[in-house]
Amino acid sequence: MPAKRIIPCLDVMDGRTVKGVRFVDLREAGDPVELGAKYSREGADELVYLDITASHEGRKTFAELVRKVAARLNIPFTVGGGINELADVDRLLNAGADKVSINSAALRRPELIDEVAGNYGAQVCVVAIDAGCEADGHWRCYLNGGRIPTERGLFEWASEAQSRGAGEILFTSMNHDGVRTGYANEALARLASALSIPVIASGGAGAMEHFRDAFSCGEAEAALAAGVFHFGDIAIKELKQYLHNEGIYVRL
Amino acid sequence: MNIAIIKYNAGNICSVDYALRRFGISPVITSDPEEIGRADKVIFPGVGHAGATMQHLRRLGLDRTIRSLRQPVLGICLGMQLMCRYSSEGDADCLGIFDVDVERFAPRSHADKVPHMGWSLLQDVKTELFDREIEGRHVYFVHSYYVPLNPHTAAVACHIHPFSAALGKDNFYATQFHPEKSGGTGERILQNFLHI
Repeated sequence: MPAKRIIPCLDVMDGRTVKGVRFVDLREAGDPVELGAKYSREGADELVYLDITASHEGRKTFAELVRKVAARLNIPFTVGGGINELADVDRLLNAGADKVSINSAALRRPELIDEVAGNYGAQVCVVAIDAGCEADGHWRCYLNGGRIPTERGLFEWASEAQSRGAGEILFTSMNHDGVRTGYANEALARLASALSIPVIASGGAGAMEHFRDAFSCGEAEAALAAGVFHFGDIAIKELKQYLHNEGIYVRL
Repeated sequence: MNIAIIKYNAGNICSVDYALRRFGISPVITSDPEEIGRADKVIFPGVGHAGATMQHLRRLGLDRTIRSLRQPVLGICLGMQLMCRYSSEGDADCLGIFDVDVERFAPRSHADKVPHMGWSLLQDVKTELFDREIEGRHVYFVHSYYVPLNPHTAAVACHIHPFSAALGKDNFYATQFHPEKSGGTGERILQNFLHI
């Protein structure tokens, strides 16, 4: 079994790094290439760059950024945000991204997963799912960064994504995102046992033990976080040493 | 040094190019058999589907070119699998440089994830590609198919069971992992290849 992965996520807008708190507030957090290189030096196992720019002009800027990141970094990185069709995937992979993360576009047109996996292989195809838990315990999938509810349930959609060729599931709990009280470990564990592909935990990291719990209780293969890294609350080197001491297999 | 990266429909060509450029080397990226033949060293990258890729290589006539190379050749990921005899991915006859067949990982429990994606340990390293510093280091893997242990195994990694993380035979070297994405350890392995 590979080492559990720590993945800083950089939300990029117009060439800057920003982090959404509960998907609404935005605070700036440094230059994306420099920040990625810093995380790589500190022991990050992978990076995720999400384009949260809405404009067409911003999209072109993002592809330029992907090129710069690929030239600079010697660890894998995933890019996402605004991927609607195969041409977007092609452009970003050609710019040097290792994987693409598709979210709303896959919910709107699930065949996109088949197309991406069929053309480039399952290993490049990360399906990101934003889901929220309702009062009755039902996990509902959302579109557009958590703004539009769908009729899809988390577990059903994740299984379908896997059978269509997804290589990984990146699950963000909207209830936990930005709250910093830990990941959605129960839902993660349910996903892990239902799926044969790796699950990346996202949303809720506030302390080092939250990562431990996502790996041990949540059985996640990787844990993604943003704010705790960007604002220096948790240093990746210390986090990995802590996880190692707690008996979690990580790359030191 | 004149390094050729074999150009075909593989996914990670630009990553390998970038990795060499970080060392100050500007490789030629080419599918021209003559240009490949003239290079001091050849890198055969690969991300994709074995069956589809072999067909593509045959159309370009690159299957014969690669087999006939006498200079050091480094196959990466799918490149390594295509250097084997046969792949069950797309029921494909491959280049046959390494006399072994490529198989798919079969999970034994829900904890065995496929693809094998992430950082795993290198053990029992052999050939000039590796040095003592590399034994026990982590490198980055992304694959659903694997090469079983065999007489050409040059490094071992474990996912579900032990498998070949690298192969070596005469002038042919190959890694299942991505040295271009394996941080400092990967850079060291690429440097070792460049110094063969």
